Amino acid sequence: MHTLTIDGKEIRVERGTTILEAAKKIGIEIPHYCYHPGLSIAGNCRMCLVEIEGIPKLQISCYTPVSDGIKVHTRSERVIKARQAILEFLLINHPLDCPVCDQAGECYLQIYYMRHGLYNSTFLEDKVKKKKALVIGPTVILDSERCILCGRCVRFCDEISKSSELGIFNRGDHSEISTFPKKELNNKYSGNVVDICPVGALTDRDFRFKCRVWYLKEKPSICPGCSNGCNIWIHYNVDRTYKAEGKRVMRIKPRFNEEVNKWWICDEGRYGYKFVDDNRIEKPYIRQHGKLIPVSWDMVIEKIAGLLKKYPPKSIGIVPSPQCTNEDNFVLKKLFSEHLGMKNIDYRVPSQLNVYSDDFLIREDKNPNSRGCEELGLFPKDKGLELKDMLREAKNKKIKILYLMNHDLVKKMGREEVAFALSSVDSLIFQGTNFNETVEFADFLLPSSTFAEKDGTFINQSGRVQKINKALEPLGDSLPEWKIFVKIARELGIPVEYGDPEEIFFDITKEISSFLGLSYSLIGDEGINLY
Amino acid sequence: MEEDLRILTKNINIEGLTGIDIYLYSGGYRGLRKALKEMSPDEIIEEVKKSNLRGLGGAGFPTGVKWTFLPRETDKPRYLAVNVDEGEPGTFKDRYLLLNNPHLFLEGIIITCYALDIHVAYVYIRGEYTKPARVLQKAIEEAQREGILGKNIYGKGFDLDLIIYKGAGAYICGEETAMLESLEGKKGWPRLKPPFPALRGLFDCPTLVNNVETLCFIPMIIDMGGEEFARIGREKSGGTRLFSLSGHVNRPGLYELPLGIPLREIIYEYGGGIKNNNRLKAVIPGGSSSPVLKAEEVDVNMDFDSIAKIGSMLGSGAIIVMDEYTCMVEALYILVRFYAHESCGQCTPCREGCGWMEKVLKRILKGDGRIGDTENLLRIAANILGNTICPLGDAVALPVQSFINKFRHEFEYHIRVKKCNIESKYPFFID
Repeated sequence: MHTLTIDGKEIRVERGTTILEAAKKIGIEIPHYCYHPGLSIAGNCRMCLVEIEGIPKLQISCYTPVSDGIKVHTRSERVIKARQAILEFLLINHPLDCPVCDQAGECYLQIYYMRHGLYNSTFLEDKVKKKKALVIGPTVILDSERCILCGRCVRFCDEISKSSELGIFNRGDHSEISTFPKKELNNKYSGNVVDICPVGALTDRDFRFKCRVWYLKEKPSICPGCSNGCNIWIHYNVDRTYKAEGKRVMRIKPRFNEEVNKWWICDEGRYGYKFVDDNRIEKPYIRQHGKLIPVSWDMVIEKIAGLLKKYPPKSIGIVPSPQCTNEDNFVLKKLFSEHLGMKNIDYRVPSQLNVYSDDFLIREDKNPNSRGCEELGLFPKDKGLELKDMLREAKNKKIKILYLMNHDLVKKMGREEVAFALSSVDSLIFQGTNFNETVEFADFLLPSSTFAEKDGTFINQSGRVQKINKALEPLGDSLPEWKIFVKIARELGIPVEYGDPEEIFFDITKEISSFLGLSYSLIGDEGINLY
Repeated sequence: MEEDLRILTKNINIEGLTGIDIYLYSGGYRGLRKALKEMSPDEIIEEVKKSNLRGLGGAGFPTGVKWTFLPRETDKPRYLAVNVDEGEPGTFKDRYLLLNNPHLFLEGIIITCYALDIHVAYVYIRGEYTKPARVLQKAIEEAQREGILGKNIYGKGFDLDLIIYKGAGAYICGEETAMLESLEGKKGWPRLKPPFPALRGLFDCPTLVNNVETLCFIPMIIDMGGEEFARIGREKSGGTRLFSLSGHVNRPGLYELPLGIPLREIIYEYGGGIKNNNRLKAVIPGGSSSPVLKAEEVDVNMDFDSIAKIGSMLGSGAIIVMDEYTCMVEALYILVRFYAHESCGQCTPCREGCGWMEKVLKRILKGDGRIGDTENLLRIAANILGNTICPLGDAVALPVQSFINKFRHEFEYHIRVKKCNIESKYPFFID
């Protein structure tokens, strides 16, 4: 351990800690561009220069390790002057096109100019001209004039995505970020370069010009794209729906979690949010004369309750979803297994063939909560039927009601495989968020809310319980699954009554041993591992 | 003129010296034989320390001390990387040595590698030096045939491979860590220091980086002994050194002279005085990066410490002489233009500052100077100075500061009157 003082405050930190990191620990922000905690140190922007007593030159705090007894100054006159000088250098050739720049509002040239700059420009010369609005890959656009050449994106592609598409070309003030010849920025993690670009040089083709960032609101959540459970922010806008064609979710950004995804998410997760606003099932439907007719919740619940009373449990198959929260699935289990005595319950739908996975963030299991289903025991017990047996018995007219939660069986298992079974049952109930091919076979459609529209928990593949938070109101008449089950239970006169997911989670911790000792508040924003 | 004390260039006029036979005949490889046969590595290092030899690439760091920075206990290979990226404007000494005495250079390399237990040495030659590279390659092949390079040199069980690597033409690759990056096949960008190359250099292994001229002195030091060598020069800067004399002198060229010789003597006696008997205006004493001297400062002695005392440096030993018809604004513009072109662009102050100063100077030269431009140039230079990754930032800031501070009236005249106060007899450089 080393003891040092920064701006007069004493701090003890571990050997090898840099001055910048040590300062961060005691709430002293040292401005920086090229430094990123997830990447190697480049030391090129020179924004983080600090003064150390006894050392004649200013030192870059991102690279200089602490040593015992040093006295560091981050706000001395020399340091403030040097910062202004660096900002001035960075801005002389910058186009100053904030009004038309998508980064405005979250640009560190703007932020640091207001905090550390505020000098008067003395630059009278012509600026260096560089490439603008250059599409460098499927996800990212480059404006070289706005680039400050911190090289974060280059290091990301070298060190994190390990795809090395980017380099810095030419010399001096003609230096430019670009892709290598005949290459484009195209990898499974490409969107991250936009997040780490501190300025408006790299912007996201998906988000560009959709919404000014100051109109965005954010909610911490978990990516529903696979079982890794990457922590994300949902950035949404509900006040200016006349922009962006009424879409509410504007973009997904990674949310730092040391244990799960660090600073990163994959492109699949980043751009996989569109289902929240597109092609949604917004009302309950009942099929009449071959056509799906929108109906009220009361009507559809009454019908379904009637079916559940009429048919014996043996002839009913329930397919819970690993896309749903533990709370949804716990209420499902209470209702169907404990109270109605059903045994044909199986969440395990085979995943599509040839899905991409790697040893970084992308898992083969594209469901965020398979582990939760596993912990809740949503698979057949006591001679209950597995999914494939349910489908077989459907063809044999032994399974007469099939209740699917969000599973697009047609897409996942193939039309030939499931079409006959799905058309053979007396009633197919589909409860889900979006229209899909399986819906064609449904007799009842129950609209459920997406992950962005409800609270609850997921458990990722490593057993980490993590919270999702409601960012948006459920679209149309859709409801969180657990609420739908509570409605059905009420209709059936069964005492399954909950007010919110926290209440459900409390019951889970009492009844499921692996949740023992957990509580909703303990999970926090970073999640907690199962006991 | 003093007596002839030449060491490196003593035999330079012997015909055929570049061939190994003549080199051997004229006493070559005597230092190497002595080193390998009679001396332990430690004794060699000791002699080099005693010689007070200082690095002649520009920084002037004591060579013997630098050698001891290489870790003794390491499981990694160690390398020698010789810096022949001679790019400092005004400097042409290493080129001369390679062209005219390549075996002396090889001898220095082999002794150094033997002393430091190095078995692979790289020679990084700037891309424009095609002929020196050819001459060196031939010398290497000759030495290999003679058993002086390769396996089991002089039967002492010492192996050494020498590899020539040609640069692609970037001034920055003369900065030692940029050179190492370039040697590794990467873009020539200086590294953050520490670690210094002695600990983590080429391929992350302990690496000694030395200049050609420095290494060429090693055989002589071994041959004559470190103490005797030190007596040639003045204290703390042993021996002689090569001065590349250029500019408005009657006899420009390469001169090997003892350290400590007065600058005036170099210009007026060896250089034969100023052309056309013009008056001397200014001298750049140690390559373009060294602060300029005014005419009245040329009585300084040319050794590391004396010249440091008057605020400049010996640098690469390149003396650029400017007479009374030189426009200092234009001279500075030419210099800054060079640095703006050669700035690698890695770190902010140098990347942006060099180009900015170039534009301001060009504007002044074109008659569009504004009041405050000189102050702004000084401010930009001060903001670069000391704030960059490598010394290139300082190398541009120091000339800017010294030119303006010592010849401010010329800059102010240009700005106010929109033209030069000097009837220049030289072609206008600006495009």
